[in-house]
Amino acid sequence: MALALQTFATVKDANAALKAQGTRYLGGGTLVVRAANEGDVSVSGLVRSTDPALSAIAVAGGKARIGASVTMAAIARHPGLAILAKAARAVGGPAIRNMATVGGNLFAPAPYGDFAVALLALDATVGTEDGETPIGTFLAGRDRSRAIVTSVSFTLPKTDGFRFLKVSRVKPKGVSVLSIAAVVEQAADGTVSSARIALGCMADRPLRAKAAEKALLGRTLDPDGIAAALTAATEGIAPITDPIASAWYRAEVLPVHLGRLLLS
Amino acid sequence: MAKVPVQFTLNGSEKAEFIDSGTTLLNALRDKVGDTSPKGGCHQGTCGACSVIIDGELRLSCLTLAETCNGTAITTTSGLAEGGVLQPLQRAFLDTFATQCGFCTPGMIMAAKVLLDHTPNPSRDEVVEALSGNICRCTGYEPIIQAVLTAARANSQNAA
Repeated sequence: MALALQTFATVKDANAALKAQGTRYLGGGTLVVRAANEGDVSVSGLVRSTDPALSAIAVAGGKARIGASVTMAAIARHPGLAILAKAARAVGGPAIRNMATVGGNLFAPAPYGDFAVALLALDATVGTEDGETPIGTFLAGRDRSRAIVTSVSFTLPKTDGFRFLKVSRVKPKGVSVLSIAAVVEQAADGTVSSARIALGCMADRPLRAKAAEKALLGRTLDPDGIAAALTAATEGIAPITDPIASAWYRAEVLPVHLGRLLLS
Repeated sequence: MAKVPVQFTLNGSEKAEFIDSGTTLLNALRDKVGDTSPKGGCHQGTCGACSVIIDGELRLSCLTLAETCNGTAITTTSGLAEGGVLQPLQRAFLDTFATQCGFCTPGMIMAAKVLLDHTPNPSRDEVVEALSGNICRCTGYEPIIQAVLTAARANSQNAA
């Protein structure tokens, strides 16, 4: 079935057009055109906006604001976002990274959406015309979300404060068994003063490992110090089962990979 | 449904077509323009057989809507040979037996061309990374990697 595409100069006009039933927003096409190609008849119309603000990256004063249409390739090569290059390169192959957008990644169902895992650990906010929403709230309500995402914003972590790991069976490009992003800050004595850990593939969307975060506080990053956090890591998870791995396997290997990431 | 006009440069020549809104670039190229070098494999963004180069960037034509390509310059594998003479990259694919059934080859060549355009002397790891979005079920990849490295050597010898 043919899809009618409507293109608008402003996000406001695109938001208005998106109210029609059966319409979806077209970013890079890697989710919505894929769905249409697969025979998803719920998609009858596509809407996009060519507003240049959607493609802008602003890094200043330790903060970053990435327009929703910015691609993974653009993030990976931006000198101000070098800390996130690994997470951006974790998405797809080279062609997909030239197309897939940061806005779209927020909607990618597990096992996809590795970059959104990084954004969750960074405590990003998601911008729409209605204002800014904390990413956790946004992800929880993404199935009902209708307003076009315009940007994501976050405070840049210290160089050694951000850790990211994607585990896949095929290298260098493979679908996630799981992904983990962590922002860990340590006090002068080496003990953990704050921790945010986000997990991919441990639910249908990125999930915070809050029990593990709590168990890390005041501890040091060595095998004894992180043991309690590794035990707590599987609390509240509901991993997906797909051809890559079963839920059981994902739950079994999560503490192993989290341990490696925290000790790296 | 009303047709929409699209206009782009394909392998150096201007093309203008009327298409159904929502037509993928892959279908527009194959069914309208008559360039069947991009292949429809998975239509899911997984296999890379439909890879083309749009304004210097590798893209998947099966997930790109043709009408978003207005005013762009598109390169496909069918545009590489000049006067029936294959480019060194194509010649290397033949010489190293990097083509068996041939279905993935146009996409592989597009991915390799983008790599060599930006990185004339890539390392083996860079070749593997550049081809990582393209699936081949025949060769086991090694001949393809060798083809790209061979073409890179041939290019640098010509340039010297």
